[in-house]
Amino acid sequence: MRITLFVTCLTDLYYPDVGECVVRILDRLGHEVVFPRKQTCCGQPALNSGYTDEARAIAARMIRVFADAETVVTPSGSCCSIVREYYPELFKDDPVLHPQAVALANKTFEFVEFLQKVQKVDWSRWNLRYLGTATFHYSCHHRGIDMAPEDVIGLIREFRDLEYRPLEKMEQCCGFGGTFAVKFGDISGAMVKDKVACIKATGARVLICNDGGCTLNIAGACRREGVDVEIRHIAELLDAAMGANGHQVKEVSQ
Amino acid sequence: MNPSGPHQAAKPDFKRSVASALANAHLGAAMDTATRRQDTARRAMMPELGDPLAVRNLGAQIKNHTLQHLDRYVEQLVENVRKNGGVVHFAETAEDACQIVADIAREAGVQRIVKSKSMVSEEVHLNEALIDAGFEVTETDLGEYILQLADERPSHIVTPVLHRTREDIGRLFADKLGMEYTEDPPTLTAVARAVLREKFKSADMGITGVNFAVAETGTLAIVTNEGNGRMCTSVPRVVVSLMGVEKIVPRLIDLAVYLKLLAKSATGQRITCYTNLLTGPRRAGDVDGPEAFHLVLLDRGRSEVLGGDYWEALRCIRCGACLNACPVYRKIGGHAYESVYPGPIGKVITPLLNSLADYKDLPQASSLCEACYEACPQRINLPAMLLRLRDELRHGGYAPLSWRIGFKGWRLGMQSHGFYSWGAALGRIFMRLLAKDGWVRRMPAGPGAVWTRYRDLPLLAKRPFHKRWPALKAELDRKRREEPS
Repeated sequence: MRITLFVTCLTDLYYPDVGECVVRILDRLGHEVVFPRKQTCCGQPALNSGYTDEARAIAARMIRVFADAETVVTPSGSCCSIVREYYPELFKDDPVLHPQAVALANKTFEFVEFLQKVQKVDWSRWNLRYLGTATFHYSCHHRGIDMAPEDVIGLIREFRDLEYRPLEKMEQCCGFGGTFAVKFGDISGAMVKDKVACIKATGARVLICNDGGCTLNIAGACRREGVDVEIRHIAELLDAAMGANGHQVKEVSQ
Repeated sequence: MNPSGPHQAAKPDFKRSVASALANAHLGAAMDTATRRQDTARRAMMPELGDPLAVRNLGAQIKNHTLQHLDRYVEQLVENVRKNGGVVHFAETAEDACQIVADIAREAGVQRIVKSKSMVSEEVHLNEALIDAGFEVTETDLGEYILQLADERPSHIVTPVLHRTREDIGRLFADKLGMEYTEDPPTLTAVARAVLREKFKSADMGITGVNFAVAETGTLAIVTNEGNGRMCTSVPRVVVSLMGVEKIVPRLIDLAVYLKLLAKSATGQRITCYTNLLTGPRRAGDVDGPEAFHLVLLDRGRSEVLGGDYWEALRCIRCGACLNACPVYRKIGGHAYESVYPGPIGKVITPLLNSLADYKDLPQASSLCEACYEACPQRINLPAMLLRLRDELRHGGYAPLSWRIGFKGWRLGMQSHGFYSWGAALGRIFMRLLAKDGWVRRMPAGPGAVWTRYRDLPLLAKRPFHKRWPALKAELDRKRREEPS
């Protein structure tokens, strides 16, 4: 299948390794990956802050950039939910762009969703292995794309030798919320402290977190609180395990 | 019009009240335990509906239909309540509602009033008005009774005393009722029960809220877990029920949907302990029931909401599930909202029923995590409404200049990949001046400074993905040529 990668601005600028892992995984699964270099941001920061006009302008650009794509895959549930939940609404009064927004919404998938629910990948032939302890934070915007925690945990459970440790308050927001984190810094700060305390309590070596915004927030707070945990997108674990194909993978390469 | 009533304190200051709430570790711990307990109970109970989503959708549809034909259903309800022997009053404002109830009490020669829990009576500040008018008013819901003793407002729309631990309540009872300190819930409850029994026996008038008003029969459904609603409507000789106009459902059979949804969503119960269906005053041959029954229908801004973009918020059945699920509510508690209706639903309806200017912080104070939308049995898309309110705030002149300029700049940057790429590179150069070991510990000013109050900020990646892509693509193409699969 020809897959167009929507890497998202946070992954592009902060976590390019995640983007590379996603590409390698899709390539190994036999897909052709294309990357429209003109892509920037989906408009979420403006939309969530009430700057709807600005968001609409950037969304229109995004629709143009991905117009030719057959299937769009993105490693962020958050950006995916904006395209799916809000793009059609943003252009509901625009007879030209509305159908295009709906079309983009219908062909855009979050990375794990694409693997597990669309492709229903049979992982047995990949012999996934990860030796170590891991926990998982459920990113809120997975709700908007109908991805339950179990949908991701199911994939985590495919790794042999991975000791999964459930995170208390797994589904409670980490406090990022885009500009919320800087508009209501103290509430957001209390929320992320709570999250970090729960992560610490698991004693897990790795926190799996599939959204750049949550990662930016949680990683920064873990570092501030002196909690030593690696925060990884599941693509990073998958890429390493698929590359090793059954050989022991202990540490994910930086 | 002053819809918030004469007893409203100074202008709300959300940021100040949040600061004091967050400083109260005791509150934070109490809220965390209580809200998670209720949220867990709700989640555990919902599957009993068989297909919970279908039932929730049905609940939403019935309310949508009712709201779209509200004029007709109000007419039908009024007609049937009158047929049953009740008297119907219309209150446009909070003051009207208080005046109507006080007049009813005065004309009936009432002295002592017992009340069961009613959020709409909190909304119009009914207790203060009646006490000012010289009546003795006693709250008979245990939580509300505790609040009355403590001189506090509810912090939750279903479990009003959620913010207090049993130790708090033990101390309060020892202080106010002159009993020996105990934190044993059954003992405390028995003491309150003994006090309240005497109040019920001597009351001339009972006041209740309404959970659902059935248009086709003029029946009011009032659910409680303590039986106090039943006492309030059967013992005193005069009963007054107060409701917002959005509480109407068309048919008696619709209660089959809502009684299940409400109990499960609110407290994780199959059904509430007491479900009262009140259909007018005592009729010939009835062994009990009031001599006179009055229904007060309150508008107070609801008609205006109904005609606008947020009308679907009127589907709310006041179950409080969104409060229990909300991570912000869990952290700051209900009082910080400085509104009768706190939590996610409060963030939407408080500005609508009062003024957006007075409550301009509420729609902004959400991480948009959608836990409320997921929990809502009426499928109200609160996050989308918050976004719309934020847009209104922006266009209403409440957006700071720095943010307006910031987003203009952001838009320019995101319109062109060249700007975007260069901007990121420049940002990295600037951040490197502040960073140590790849992390910035303190940003000097602006939003970044707020960020680094609680977390470190990593340096932007040295080579963003879009710069790595050509090499990555070439590598994959080469591999593909070498080992064709």
